[in-house]
Parts: sequence; C-alpha cells; structure tokens
Amino acid sequence: MPNQSRVLMQGNEAILEGALAAGMRFYAGYPITPSTEIAELAAERLPKVGGRFIQMEDEIASMAAVVGGSLAGVKSMTATSGPGFSLKQENLGYAIHGDIPCVVINVQRMGPSTGLPTSPAQGDMQQARFGSHGDYGIIALTPSSVSEAYYLTIRAFNLSEQFRVPVILLTDEVIGHMREAVSLPDPSELTVAERRKPTAPKGEHKPFAPDAKGVPTLPNFGDGYRFHVTGLIHAEDGFATSNPKLVDQAVRRLTNKITDNIDEIYEAEQREIADADIVVFSYGGTARAARRAVRMAREKGLKVGFYRPITIWPFHDEMVRNAIAGKKAVIIPELNLGQMAREVERVAHGTTTVIPVTKVTGEILTPAEILAAIEEVR
Amino acid sequence: MAIAGKIPTRKYLRQDRLPHIWCPGCGHGIVMQALVRAIHNVGLSQDKTVIVSGIGCSSRASGYMDFDTIHTTHGRALAFATGIKMANPELNVIVMTGDGDASAIGGNHLIHAARRNIGITCICLNNNIYGMTSGQFSPTTPECALATTAPYGVIDPSFDLCKLVQAAGASYVARGTAMQARMLEKYITNALKNDGFSFIEAIDQCPTYFGRKNKLGDAYAMMKRQQETSVSVSKAAAMTPAELEGKQVVGELWNSPRPEYAKSYDQVIAKAQQGGGR
Ligand code: SF4
Repeated sequence: MPNQSRVLMQGNEAILEGALAAGMRFYAGYPITPSTEIAELAAERLPKVGGRFIQMEDEIASMAAVVGGSLAGVKSMTATSGPGFSLKQENLGYAIHGDIPCVVINVQRMGPSTGLPTSPAQGDMQQARFGSHGDYGIIALTPSSVSEAYYLTIRAFNLSEQFRVPVILLTDEVIGHMREAVSLPDPSELTVAERRKPTAPKGEHKPFAPDAKGVPTLPNFGDGYRFHVTGLIHAEDGFATSNPKLVDQAVRRLTNKITDNIDEIYEAEQREIADADIVVFSYGGTARAARRAVRMAREKGLKVGFYRPITIWPFHDEMVRNAIAGKKAVIIPELNLGQMAREVERVAHGTTTVIPVTKVTGEILTPAEILAAIEEVR
Repeated sequence: MAIAGKIPTRKYLRQDRLPHIWCPGCGHGIVMQALVRAIHNVGLSQDKTVIVSGIGCSSRASGYMDFDTIHTTHGRALAFATGIKMANPELNVIVMTGDGDASAIGGNHLIHAARRNIGITCICLNNNIYGMTSGQFSPTTPECALATTAPYGVIDPSFDLCKLVQAAGASYVARGTAMQARMLEKYITNALKNDGFSFIEAIDQCPTYFGRKNKLGDAYAMMKRQQETSVSVSKAAAMTPAELEGKQVVGELWNSPRPEYAKSYDQVIAKAQQGGGR
C-alpha cells in the first residue's frame, strides 16, 4: 500500500487505533487488567477527535452506556476481561435483542473467577458465544498478531454496523500486551461501514422489520422517528408481543441473521491442508506457537496442515468439516480445557480423531508442546 | 402555569398503545401525566427527548409516551441514559424508574449519576413495593410493613432517596405525591429546566400489592394518606424529629446548580485539542 506508516505498537494500543480509524467516538469503560490500556488510550485520544470517553461506576454500567451511546447514533465500544465480561452479559444480550451495534473487547485472562489476572488464557471462548441467556447469534473475532488486532477491530465495527449486532473482539493477554510493528494504512484506504438510515418516512418505518439479510434498519435517537426499544420480545414495530408466531420469528431472526450470512462474516487462514494427514486447528495468541509447530513438523517431513479461524463465532461447520475430512487427526491447542475442541468434535462427529492440547497453568503453549502432540499421532 | 385541561396531553402519548397495563387505582398514570404536562410546560421537542426506563410496573410508562423511548434492563436505566446523554448531549434525557429499580439493583448508578451531575431528569415512582413481581419489599418499604418476602414485617430500615441523591451531588431534588399532582408537575417542570442531574421522588400508590397486604384501603384511601402524611419544606423546618416521624417532607428540597457533566466534558475536548493533558 502506498501511504503506510510503520509503527511499533502494543496490541491493546492497536485495538484503540483501529477503533478510532473505524469511527468509534464513544467509549464507556471500567478499569480491569489486562485491558486497561485501551480505556487509558481512549480517554486520551477520543477528545482530540471530538469523541467522548466516560469511566463508568462498574462493568454493567459501562455496557449499558455503550448501548445507549450507540442508540444515540455514535459508534461505541468498551473493553474488559474475564470477570468484567461476565458482568456485561445481561446488557450484551440486550444489545443483541435490540439489534444495537457495538464492539466489546475481551482481553482474556486466566479464570475462573478472579483467576490469574495478569496471565494469558483463552477461557472465554464459549462464554463469548453463549454467555447471555436465551438464544441468539453473535460475532466474535480472534486476532493472533498486533497488526491483526488493528485490522480486526475495524472489521468488528464494520460487521457490527452491517449486521446490527454486538461484535466481540476476543483477544488475550499475549496479544494485548505484546509489541509488534504495525503498518498503519492511510485512513482513506480503509473500508469503513457506516450505519444505514431508514428510507421509509417517519410514522411508516418499522424499526425492527428485517431486510433481505434479516437485518433491521433502526433510526438513531433524535432522528425524529420516535420509536421504542425494549428487552421484551418485540414485533417489528418495536413493541412487546407474546403472539407465539411473532415471538418465534423474532427469536429465530436473531440467530439466522448471523448464520444465514456466515460466508460474509467468516474468515479463516488455511495452510497446507490439501496434502496433510494431520491438521492443527488454532486461534488467537496460541496460533503463533501452533504455526511454528506446523513448520517444524513439515521440516521433519510430517504432513501437517494449519487451520486458523479468524472469525471464531459463528463457527463455520462446513469449512471446518472440509478442512478435517479424511485426516488422521485434528490437533487443537488452546489455553483452556478444550472449549473449541468441543466444537470441532461436534463437526468431526467421530469421523476424525480430535486431540485437544490444553494448558491452564497461566503460561502460553510452546511450539515444542504442540509439536510433541503432532508427533504422538503417528 | 397552564391550567388543567388546557394541556394537550394526548399529543405526547402513543394512543395506539393504550389502554395501559396498570391496575385500577395505580398511581403511575398520574405521575406519567404530570411528566407529560411538565414536558409541555418547558416546551421540550418531542423529537429530541428520550424517555429511558428500567424494569417494573412504572418502567412500562416509556412504551406509552410518544418520544424516542427505551425500556432497558432492571436497574440500569440511568446507566443507559448516561451513555445517551454523553454520546449526544443535545438530547433531553428523562429517566422513569421505580423504587426497587432505582435504589436496590440500580443504586450504584443512582449515586454516580447524581455525583456527576449529568444532565438527566430522573423521576423515581416510589410506591414502596415491587409491584411487577407481586409484592416483595423494596429499599423504600417502611419498617414493619408487610410484604410477600417479609411476612413478619420488614426489618430493613427504609431509604430516604432524596437525601441520598442530594448527598451524592444532584443539583435539583424534590419530592411530591400522586395526590398533589399539580405540585408534582411544578417540580418536574423545574427539574427539566435545571441543567444537571435532577431527581424527583414521586410518591404514588400500589393498591394491588402494598395497599392490600398492609390493609391501607383502596387507592383513594392511600392517596388521602399521601396528603395527610405530607409536610411542606417550610413547615418541616419548624418541626422536631419526633413530630416528623411517619411523615414525608414534600417540596423542593435542594436546588443548587453546578456544572453539568457533558458540558464539563466539552472543556476536556477543548483542552485535548489545544494539546493539553498528560
Ligand atoms: S401492581 Fe401495583 S404498581 Fe403495579 S400496576 Fe398494579 S397497582 Fe400499579
């Protein structure tokens, strides 16, 4: 790209830079390790570009304020980590149910509970998908480098606006705190999705009527549409309903608007899968060690491929199934006790051996540990 | 002040959402009307005013009002409202919340919204009970009163919400009753004019759960009691604590303007853009 500038950046810093480039102008947060740098940078940078930052009284309030800020028409975000992510789940569900775009950064740390606050982990993979009550669809992205954290934050905002859904950037302490060179593009070269505005006249517009993709077009507060938002199951006009048919439609739409558009949402990195006997499936910070392990295995003459979901939710059953079909084994290194291995197992359905490589010591997985698992397969 | 009947209250209500779900005799409709009249008095634009509510009987009011409205999660109305006000300070933001919603599950947000003096008018419809869940005691249920979760009488001392928010930093605080609806309208009108965090405690009645359980009679009897137990600020000043026992002080309890939060943030923006900070 012509107008790039190369900068040394921390992962958390890259996230904030990405958010600003995507047009984020409202941040509500609460301090929590290891995500706090994002809030600190937001406090410093946002007023310079005419945006607004607020430190709320707690995690729940910061999620609520983000939803409010978004409804007021401003691209909004917050960042947190494990315990804070748990606290945010109710209002996150509210945003999902209200088709309210926003971005939530979860710099994962070791749990459960207070856990090891400064240690890396990937223990919120399932919480990111199923953490709030009821049925719904959600998008979560997992960067495995500082540069990718920058670009995926922009993508998170774009997807959030396009599908009117909260997007989780599911990163981890490794990516959050490491420093790498990032090539920052000229802002004019970036694709930034803006919020769609209703075209139907006031009084006729149904705020929750879906388009062909299942996505509604809500006005912003203050636009003069005078509409209603509620966490109760609502019909297309926004008002509560208990009509079984309408309830069914409303709930299914929240899942379908994600699954029906999965090909637009999903991204994965695949290397040397075609001739491989074994596939290593890895994501986030751990994928760095996994990629190295795959290279080491290839150097030893082993036929090993690499599959890295960049979009972790929705889970692309078909693509993962194709990548592992007919393979001897799929190895899944992750910093939890097999949270994504569970998904791969579901897709493999007994046809490929699924080997989780788990680690919950508060340390990262090394290439040697992953290589050892690969070598054991033979 | 406009006289009764001259205010086109219907204009501010979503006629197609009525009738409301409230029980006969419930006080919430009276408070909603007082708010609508106050909005009219101040001349707020219907298109630039957001009504934010939490969860509970009173929080259903947002659905009946013809503005941008949001019925949020339990206790969090003020936190949502804070985000709305900060993201777009040009909007007039009004919160309608119940006693349980505002002071139990949402107590933290109440304290901090007051402390910031953010430009939100918060109306707490206090009927001393959780009505929606059918009669559990709230932080404002009087001691010794009966509730489904206090079958032997409440032992938790009740909260004086006006004192709480005043101490926390609200710049306008008033208490009124559903019985004295015109006074309530006046306080809400003044609250809407205040540039900062305004808090109105609107004492109203839940005849269905609080009234029946405590044998307080019908709605009319409960409203008469609201009047009988009310003491004006000026009268209260001359009364002893013993004389004030069982009474509530009504009127404008605090009116002390100070910088509004979103406006203070404008100065942060100016400072940051001049290269200050750090
Ligand atoms: S239960 Fe009580 S508060 Fe709720 S609508 Fe009925 S009277 Fe009003």
